[in-house]
Amino acid sequence: MDKYSTYTGIAVPLRRSNVDTDQIIPAVYLKRITRTGFEDGLFSAWRADRQFILNREPYTRGSILVAGPDFGIGSSREHAVWALMDFGFKVVIAPRFGDIFAGNSGKAGLLTAVVPEATVADLWSRLEAQPGLELTVDLTTKTITAGAATYPFEVDDYIRYRLLNGLDDISVTLQAADAIAAFEARRPEFKPTTIPVKTAS
Amino acid sequence: MPRTLSQKVWDDHVVKEGTGAEPDLLYIDLHLCHEVTSPQAFDGLRMAGRKVRRPDLTIATEDHNTPTTDITKPIADEVSRLQVDTLRKNAAEFGLRLHSLGDPDQGVVHIIGPQLGLSQPGMTIVCGDSHTSTHGAFGALAFGIGTSEVEHVLATQTLPQSKPKTMAVTVTGKLPESVTAKDLILAHIARVGTGAGTGYIAEYRGDTIEALSMDARMTLCNMSIEWGARAGMVAPDQTTLDYLKQTPHAPQGEAWEQAVAYWSTLKTDPGAVFDREFVIDATQLTPFVTWGTNPGQGIGIGESVPSPEDFADAEAREGARRALEYMDLEPGTRMRDIGVNTVFIGSCTNGRIEDLRLAASVLKGRQVADRVRVLVVPGSARVRRQAHEEGLDQVFTQAGAEWREAGCSMCLGMNPDSLAPGERSASTSNRNFEGRQGKGGRTHLVSPAVAAATAVTGRLTDPSWL
Repeated sequence: MDKYSTYTGIAVPLRRSNVDTDQIIPAVYLKRITRTGFEDGLFSAWRADRQFILNREPYTRGSILVAGPDFGIGSSREHAVWALMDFGFKVVIAPRFGDIFAGNSGKAGLLTAVVPEATVADLWSRLEAQPGLELTVDLTTKTITAGAATYPFEVDDYIRYRLLNGLDDISVTLQAADAIAAFEARRPEFKPTTIPVKTAS
Repeated sequence: MPRTLSQKVWDDHVVKEGTGAEPDLLYIDLHLCHEVTSPQAFDGLRMAGRKVRRPDLTIATEDHNTPTTDITKPIADEVSRLQVDTLRKNAAEFGLRLHSLGDPDQGVVHIIGPQLGLSQPGMTIVCGDSHTSTHGAFGALAFGIGTSEVEHVLATQTLPQSKPKTMAVTVTGKLPESVTAKDLILAHIARVGTGAGTGYIAEYRGDTIEALSMDARMTLCNMSIEWGARAGMVAPDQTTLDYLKQTPHAPQGEAWEQAVAYWSTLKTDPGAVFDREFVIDATQLTPFVTWGTNPGQGIGIGESVPSPEDFADAEAREGARRALEYMDLEPGTRMRDIGVNTVFIGSCTNGRIEDLRLAASVLKGRQVADRVRVLVVPGSARVRRQAHEEGLDQVFTQAGAEWREAGCSMCLGMNPDSLAPGERSASTSNRNFEGRQGKGGRTHLVSPAVAAATAVTGRLTDPSWL
């Protein structure tokens, strides 16, 4: 995963709350077995409307999304994160995220910045008054800069730590291989195993 | 210090305590896999030259893409077929147990875990699927994960996890006639909203919950994620033991005794404090249906479509306006006057044997309304066989419903079962998001009893009105 400290890009005001992962990418796009190429599925139903914000300039080049509360609720599909990233998004700013979506974003390298609703309202007004306005998101200081204004944001400590250091989660865990083996040695015998197979039929 | 149920299960799975920014590393007792969220994870293992650490704690099935007719033929949709074939190859390469389409134990991943007895109290259970919360009905800590986490669990059998807060949902009183666990959870979500449980593990408790069957508890825990709670749990009791005792993977002999001794400790201690609590009076509930495009936009079936103006909050008002436009509904329309083209009975929410029995009890001796398509999709091949043994399939087909093979089916329409644009369904599934059951499709979430009654009249119907 790439290291991440500050990012500057065009921000897109998405005036919607409860944006579920079925909206971000419908199930029909989940049949692929690759990890890339999901940008065509991003918000596909909404993008069918030519007036949808991501179809308009300068937002086709947007890389920071500013959305309403409960972004990324619903299905666990990490494809939602991949679709946003394949389109070019590096950051999503919202007052609250679905837990699984936030976790997936942290793993894949998409920053989910949590801000108060008032900040989102402020950012929406600024971005609509000045389309194409670039925001700077600083992960070190946990701040968002919009012109002369600066807003603090929250992000899960561990996700921030891994993004700042570009760490691969699995290698971090494998450093604890001895602890995992020791835990396995003391697991109770009565815990089930899937093999050998016992069937219901 | 007194602890809650979820804290106990958490504590028993900490491999390594977190320090600084690093969270606790949790051991995972069971990993369920399906074809949609796993291919990129297996690719990641291959690229890093890693193996699956514990194939014996892993099980896979095919459910999301699988057709519910002609299952002995190759899957017609090429992309679906490739995804299913990829799971088969990966399972063979990494030595995983797989219940393929046509296998007597194939079915929706959250239905087969419990019926095989692999979902037991006090376990940690994960799956690349948000409805993994279902398994919390057994007093397990079960939650959905993304594909990167699937790879992490395959490689290490652990997950670094930030500890969620605890929430109690206390339900008391007897559920009225024709009110089910589905109505209970829909009513709860309508009250608290889709984000209320974000960051929490919920424990459902109180005498109403204790009186629920395992199938009903699974329906309840299944929809925890629809109000934001990644996991929902019910403390194990005699009902749990009775269910588990007859399952293939239940501990045997002395191991059973040891397991039961441990399981009996899995309850919230007196004096343990939850970070937050909701209280529900079950006696006040009625059958519940959704009118909008998220599971929190619901109302009693006897009421009418709300107006955006009814909502004080600006976000909620705008959300309601947008939802009514998508759903093509006018404020003030009585819910009972809303006609549907399709009824879907199935899914990991309501595809178990009790759900089918309930739907059949309403349809018995009645006929499906003209021009209404009714799909009955059992949650697993085993549920399907059991329904046959009980003659439920006859009830469905004689009423004019289609009796299908097991799978996720129209819950999300990845297989050929989906709504056409503008079609409207009454569905026992879990999500009424825009386009969830097919592009442009409109979904009303309901219980199996309401689904069956709606099939008879062609309009959203409380079974007690028949």
